[in-house]
Amino acid sequence: MAEGVLLFFNFVLAIFLGFELISKVPSQLHTPLMSGSNAISGITIVGALLAAGMTDHQVLRIVLSTAAMTLATINVVGGYLVTDRMLGMFSARKDGEGK
Amino acid sequence: MSGPLDPTIANFGYIVASALFIIGLKMLSRQTSARLGNKLSSLGMFIAVVMALLSQPIDDATRMIIIGVGLVLGTVIGAVAAMRVAMTSMPEMVAVFNGFGGLASLLVGWVEFERGRVVWGLPDESVGLVTLIAIFLAVLIGGVTFTGSMIAYAKLAQKISGRPVLFGGQRTLNAAILLLAIVCGVLFITGVLSPQAYIAFLILIGISLLFGVMLTIPIGGADMPVVISLLNSYSGLAACAAGFVIGNTVLVVAGSLVGASGIILTTIMCKAMNRSLQNVLFGGFGAAAGGMAGVEGEARPIDAESAYYVLEAARSVVFVPGYGMAVAQAQHAVRELADLLEANGTEVAFGVHPVAGRMPGHMNVLLAEANIPYEQLREMDDVNAQMPNTDVAIVIGANDVVNPAAREDEGSPIYGMPIINVDQARTTIVLKRSMASGFAGIDNPLFYKENTRMLFGDAKASIEALVGQMKDV
Repeated sequence: MAEGVLLFFNFVLAIFLGFELISKVPSQLHTPLMSGSNAISGITIVGALLAAGMTDHQVLRIVLSTAAMTLATINVVGGYLVTDRMLGMFSARKDGEGK
Repeated sequence: MSGPLDPTIANFGYIVASALFIIGLKMLSRQTSARLGNKLSSLGMFIAVVMALLSQPIDDATRMIIIGVGLVLGTVIGAVAAMRVAMTSMPEMVAVFNGFGGLASLLVGWVEFERGRVVWGLPDESVGLVTLIAIFLAVLIGGVTFTGSMIAYAKLAQKISGRPVLFGGQRTLNAAILLLAIVCGVLFITGVLSPQAYIAFLILIGISLLFGVMLTIPIGGADMPVVISLLNSYSGLAACAAGFVIGNTVLVVAGSLVGASGIILTTIMCKAMNRSLQNVLFGGFGAAAGGMAGVEGEARPIDAESAYYVLEAARSVVFVPGYGMAVAQAQHAVRELADLLEANGTEVAFGVHPVAGRMPGHMNVLLAEANIPYEQLREMDDVNAQMPNTDVAIVIGANDVVNPAAREDEGSPIYGMPIINVDQARTTIVLKRSMASGFAGIDNPLFYKENTRMLFGDAKASIEALVGQMKDV
């Protein structure tokens, strides 16, 4: 129970921190912000990694764990890469033209 | 192989990861630091993954196969999708990734419950109420995020109609569905190891998936920016719930950061559309349109040659692009025109409305892709302040976001919505295919103003004609 309370404490603080961090982002960067934060929500990959370890050899649990692992990885890898790709476009400067 | 990692070290790694997420998000708020910020955030993710990988036996063959298959498959699919997606399809992509994250959280909750059914009955293992509530929430929020995102994807990709699906008793039905979900949750939590609880749990999964569909179908295609932001928030909260399930701090911290950021973006989008969240979620836009003032007058057409003379003499030009520009694939032609104008000594800027495009900030990405420099991309308030001193405002494929009725006509359905005040520029040139009204079906008095000129035709062809005129000289 104490552990649950501590987690809840983290939850509340992180929510406030999130509000503080994001309210300052200019509208030009909203799409990368969204896909970047979307990649962060792929943190559930850690849950998938830990859940995989608790699996005995029951087929259902192996299937569910593998699916969770795959989906979370798509979320993480795809999210970060596409954000990087977008931000690369943003940094393209006018001087260095001609590409 | 040595044993699993000391939990203290793993927890320390999670703290480092959380800090990197926070720093990364902070750096995303400035264009100059954004790319590095995203890299730091991904480094945090990498550290978290390594810690999770090592904190349990790595000589467990089944575990390593599950993880290996998931990592390889997920990396290949994710990387290929990220590299190939067209920038115009970014909203669909984000929706799909979002949905996958939500489903993964649901599955984590499910796997944990399956494990619990085996071990919770043992004398030295017990299950806390917090864990059970968290499993319930991970399944509910994760399920809603998954199917909600899939519906959003289908609407955005036009696999299904973008029209809102509304019917009588819809809210009552949704309330009943939610109530049923809660009943299943209570049965599941109180029964835990009984066969009935297992059935309640399976029904809960089904209901959560159904609920996601029901919540998203009444929302129209034009409101998708709001919905994607909201689903983004849900996917974070689902990860957060999964964190409570397995008692892991980094999931809780990262999940709530995303949850909060999604809510902020949702609020910003609602403000930019002058709608309440409730109004967006339950649909019915345009239905309440009261007696709006009729628009009378005559539009003044202009041809490319005359438009060229206007532009040639202008000292400052503001482009106001809407999604119509992207549909016509006119970004690159616009960039060329902007370059020629700059070479002619004209000051060029792009005024981007917060809801231009199909997700928050989407239009900026499309313009950046066409190599339009970041400094020329201006926020709405910024260009509006300069508008009275602007010689020419060029509206390309935008309509409602430049409609002065939002400022002047209290009867208009978009009254009160912040707009880009192109009508305050000395001359406004509107590129438009015909006189048809915009997405919301609202008349636009801008087209009949004295200083407005209509350049009819396909946006791309019109811009190219202007480019041709500029080059001829």
